[in-house]
Amino acid sequence: MTSRILQAIAASLFLAAAVSASRIPSAPPRLLSETGLYAGRGTNAIDPRNRPFAPQYPLWSDGAEKSRWVRLPEGATIDARSIDRWDFPAGTRFWKEFRFGGRKVETRFLRKNGDGSWTFASYAWNETQTDAILAPADGLPNVAEIAPGKFHSIPAVTDCRACHVPSEAAPGEGASRTEILGFSALQLSIDRDPGAPHAEPLGDGMVTLSALQDEGLFEPARPEFIAAPPRIQAPDARTRSVLGYLSTNCGSCHNEDSSIANLGLALKAKASPVGAGARVGAGFSRLVGQPTSKWQIPHAPEGASQYVTPGAPDLSAILVRMKSRRPSTQMPPLGTALHDKDAIALVTEWIESLTARE
Amino acid sequence: MSKSRLTVAFLILTIALFSTMLARAASDAAPAPAAEKSARVARGEYLVWFGGCNDCHTPWKMGPKGPEQDFSRRLSGHPAGLVMPPAPALPPGPWAMNASGTMTAWSGPWGVSFTANLTPDKETGLGDWTEDMFVATMKTGRHQGKGRALLPPMPYFNLQKLSDEDIKSVFAYLQSLPPVHNKVPAPIDPEEPGQ
Repeated sequence: MTSRILQAIAASLFLAAAVSASRIPSAPPRLLSETGLYAGRGTNAIDPRNRPFAPQYPLWSDGAEKSRWVRLPEGATIDARSIDRWDFPAGTRFWKEFRFGGRKVETRFLRKNGDGSWTFASYAWNETQTDAILAPADGLPNVAEIAPGKFHSIPAVTDCRACHVPSEAAPGEGASRTEILGFSALQLSIDRDPGAPHAEPLGDGMVTLSALQDEGLFEPARPEFIAAPPRIQAPDARTRSVLGYLSTNCGSCHNEDSSIANLGLALKAKASPVGAGARVGAGFSRLVGQPTSKWQIPHAPEGASQYVTPGAPDLSAILVRMKSRRPSTQMPPLGTALHDKDAIALVTEWIESLTARE
Repeated sequence: MSKSRLTVAFLILTIALFSTMLARAASDAAPAPAAEKSARVARGEYLVWFGGCNDCHTPWKMGPKGPEQDFSRRLSGHPAGLVMPPAPALPPGPWAMNASGTMTAWSGPWGVSFTANLTPDKETGLGDWTEDMFVATMKTGRHQGKGRALLPPMPYFNLQKLSDEDIKSVFAYLQSLPPVHNKVPAPIDPEEPGQ
């Protein structure tokens, strides 16, 4: 009897300690070299436990060269009960390095904490490229000139959350649903889209769905990720690439689960089990021929402002906003100062190829 | 019963008693939903007055004693019928902005901004906004918490300091207003070379 009571008290004390620990602020380290990215202090060699990966539809970041790494805690698995919303174990870390002209400018860092929350941090590289220092929470403007008069800025933490936290009320403390935009079933599929704008080749040792499945890192196991790799379902190759691009560059905010779902624009490609495997459906029926709900294309005739108007790029709001880099009009609204010429060309050709029937 | 058993039993009894008292106090203090809503709206109205939201979101007109807020259009933003001519260029020097007599249209280095319709009109106001969206907007300084940056002279950085509960109260008050159908123009970006 006594031992049972003592066990109960011990459990209560343990619970209280756990609750107390979860309230400890998960402050990021001051230096990038303290986050675990490198094999040791004073070296820029990546710790071999951090594994590189490359999403098949990369986010446009003004042409920055990028490298990305993930580290899962040893022995831990990714909760993949939901194909689309993986839940990562506490201790998972992600890094993304941005380079312009071969120089490292910024490295972003995400870490899942013990209480389920995520730490968002960004590090600005020093002049000598030996280490990077934690940027202020409200960001750092104009850290590198990327075109005459155009600069790369390090985003504020609130800006990070705008894309990574789909529907949180406010960027407060505590657990929240956070999405790793470049590390998902579609992004890591081995059925990669050769037409994806700015597609990056799969390098040696890069993590893919197959690697994660083969290594038993999904719980439950997801053999269908290998048998039928996720792929955008589209009538032709160009449409597949367009939808993949829009999914990455627009879909993190414009999706059915977003806090701005009321705009009626759902561009995020969702994986869903079809038959024996997973396919990604990103129907554009809600995109083509649909009037814009709030924003109107300037000078467009009454009622002619549509998200996509078949055959009419100038009357297609998504393209008009992709082309703009004016602060009140540009899309995406953050993280980019230059428009994406390759993607604009692709989407223009796609809209021109559509007929009114579609 | 040994001394240690007595101590443990006393400890458990004390914790149980204290928990019961706390739970009862919490349930006694919880107001009825209607009363809570009414208190929230009242708190929001108080914050809106003190925060000066009417200063820019309620159009001003000329009254017998000079400029006064037109409360027949309370918090409905820049009147759609008031089409502004191009903003006058500012001379070199410390003058940095122009404002309309309604206090609802502003121009400066950021372009031209028009104050938003904060009434719960579904099409032109905040009628289809959620509480979460409003809180995120105030906390991030971005339209609907994700879009373009809010433009001057909107002092979102002051509201950013409010608690989530207070921002929710402001939203509750705004949602309690009569909806005014008034489609505010989109902001006008400054001219940019090459665009």
